[in-house]
Amino acid sequence: MSSENGKRLLETDAGGLNFEATELTLGLPGEPRVTSDGGAKLGSKRGISETVDLKLGDNNPEVKLGHSLQEAAKSPVSKTQVVGWPPVRGFAKRGKKSCKYVKVAVDGAPYLRKVDLEMYNSYQQLLTSLEDMFSCFTIRNYLNEKKIDQVNGIEYMPTYEDKDGDWMLVGDVPWQMFVESCKRLRLMKSSEAVGLGLKTAPKYSSTN
Amino acid sequence: MNYFPDEVLEHVFDFITSHKDRNSVSLVCKSWYKIERYSRQRVFIGNCYSISPERLIARFPGLKSLTLKGKPHFADFNLVPHDWGGFVYPWIKALAKSRIGLEELRLKRMVVSDESLELLSKSFVNFKSLVLVSCEGFTTDGLAAIAANCRFLRELDLQENEVDDHRGHWLSCFPESCTSLISLNFACLRGEVNLGALERLVSRSPNLKSLRLNRAVPLDTLQKLLMRAPQLVDLGIGSYVHDPFSEAYNKLKIAIQRCKSIRSLSGFLEVAPHCMSAIYPICGNLTFLNLSYAPGLHGNKLMKLIQHCRKLQRLWILDCIGDKGLGVVALTCKELQELRVFPSDPFEAENAAVTEEGLVLVSAGCPKLNSLLYFCQQMTNAALITVAKNCPNFIRFRLCILDPMKPDPVTNQPLDEGFGAIVQSCKGLKRLSLSGHLTDQVFLYIGMYAEQLEMLSIAFAANSDKGMLYVLNGCKKLRKLEIRDCPFGDAALLEDVGKYETMRSLWMSSCEVTLGGCKSVAEKMPSLNVEIIDESEQMEFNLDDKQKVDKMYLYRTLVGHRKDAPEYVWIL
Repeated sequence: MSSENGKRLLETDAGGLNFEATELTLGLPGEPRVTSDGGAKLGSKRGISETVDLKLGDNNPEVKLGHSLQEAAKSPVSKTQVVGWPPVRGFAKRGKKSCKYVKVAVDGAPYLRKVDLEMYNSYQQLLTSLEDMFSCFTIRNYLNEKKIDQVNGIEYMPTYEDKDGDWMLVGDVPWQMFVESCKRLRLMKSSEAVGLGLKTAPKYSSTN
Repeated sequence: MNYFPDEVLEHVFDFITSHKDRNSVSLVCKSWYKIERYSRQRVFIGNCYSISPERLIARFPGLKSLTLKGKPHFADFNLVPHDWGGFVYPWIKALAKSRIGLEELRLKRMVVSDESLELLSKSFVNFKSLVLVSCEGFTTDGLAAIAANCRFLRELDLQENEVDDHRGHWLSCFPESCTSLISLNFACLRGEVNLGALERLVSRSPNLKSLRLNRAVPLDTLQKLLMRAPQLVDLGIGSYVHDPFSEAYNKLKIAIQRCKSIRSLSGFLEVAPHCMSAIYPICGNLTFLNLSYAPGLHGNKLMKLIQHCRKLQRLWILDCIGDKGLGVVALTCKELQELRVFPSDPFEAENAAVTEEGLVLVSAGCPKLNSLLYFCQQMTNAALITVAKNCPNFIRFRLCILDPMKPDPVTNQPLDEGFGAIVQSCKGLKRLSLSGHLTDQVFLYIGMYAEQLEMLSIAFAANSDKGMLYVLNGCKKLRKLEIRDCPFGDAALLEDVGKYETMRSLWMSSCEVTLGGCKSVAEKMPSLNVEIIDESEQMEFNLDDKQKVDKMYLYRTLVGHRKDAPEYVWIL
């Protein structure tokens, strides 16, 4: 199911997006795979390639590396990139960040709400939930379909403020990347967005 | 041979409950086989592809409880593609068509669709218990069907499943007439639940003994639930975040104190560490404590909590407890039998906060320790030898040093001697997982000493085929062998293919076995399914026998090749 879609994304990616983001690597979701200084992250992290070098230097001529480690050793990134290691269940999410609450503002609403982005697995789930929360509005969904609300005929564009302080359209980047970088959400009245000329729909579908 | 009438034998067999024993009984003679099969109510199938539902139904017409396992264990670590298999629908469909009065279904690592759940809920009038562990493929709509249609439901236990949460009102689907619940566990669901419906459900379930909530259940609801169910034995707390000076917190303290029967506590999916004192009154009775989902709990708050838990038998914790914290466990929890220490930061080996020291402390302080799962930064031979001496009763010993192939940091030696000491000392060892730098030598020890070993997991170890051969030749009771990234090739694989018929399954990935070697096994052993899993589409274009196989999974079966394999699985 999701692996097939991941494959399709790789093949059709044309927007210069970092499709390595969908590769299985050992980094936490949303973390950059390769850092600007060419691989060595902050601090003195001994990646697998260094461990491997140590091994080869010892009197252990018979040590053979498993394929996955051979691949990891070739990688320029010092951080390990071994699939399925360590053997912990992937979605158990026992990690440090267990929730991510962000404020949600809707143009015209008297108060803000908060949502936990970790509660969702995809854009579709988030937008559906926002629609539930602000039930008298409709949100122009990520597929750019028009859903006009019966009551007051207003529709909204979902936008968010990212780590750099810029206001972005929801849906362009992979879901996990979005969760990492989103600081707050704003549902902007579509009428304000007129003139921005959105020709292409955001890249990521609900399977992300 | 038969001095007694069938009814007497049947009565005697009623006392034989373990699957192994009942299987043995059925092999004695034809009449025992017949009596046993008609009286059998509980069946365990460790590999859903080893037998077909039709044959199961034909042999055990009195079946009431079925346990099925699907995907291989390494599927937990993303080594098996999602749609590899393990679909439960054909089983439910066949059972529904038959006259089997199914009451209990327990599934592990299977693909469960909403359709299956709906069919299940409508087909068995007396259905009582559904346990799903590490399954996927269903949504809360499927749960709604179970809630709505299973009139005598006693148990709905969802453990670590991937559920698409539609935030529907599945909890509201339990009818008012449903008062039979004993166990309800929905901790793995990520979405909101109807809190009012939950409260009403708990209120009308006087037999409720086990309740595990998800993150969406806030503290004030927890307090109300506890007031209505002071008889709980097992509690999983969802959200535990609140202001310690609030009315809600005071109410909670009172509610918890009324729950004198709680023996098992888990969850804390969201936790405010400064509020743990409300839990202290029940800590003295706890036999099981699971804090492995609570990274917010560490340091002194965690220590204080543990110090109240003197009767603990099983502890699941994150490594932020540290070696010092494990020292506190060693001093406090003298009844401890099972310890699991999970990594809070799995992909940064340097941040793993426990080392060999913590393990040694626990082994010294907790002589009853028999089951271990330990993710750590490093391990030494000396520590393992000490642990082996302190705790000769290990049944399960699973050690994961986060940095693969890491040697003993003090001596720079492989960990052969340390693990060797474990297998030599722990004569009852049934399950073993290895890690760190290991040569063929450790496998020599395993083959020599691990006589009761049933399951072995190996990664990034050994120098040659000899390693695998030592294990296959020595471990007579071996049932499951899973290997990744080891230099084992065709010579090891083909040495004794008959052995695989005595085992449930063998997994080998990123090893040295070739397509030709796998084909050879398949040819010689028609009673095995030999599956090659290759998503890279290499196999389609390059059928060279000398090519190395990325993932091979073989298992014994009575029903030949399965028909539901996806295109990247080749069954030889």
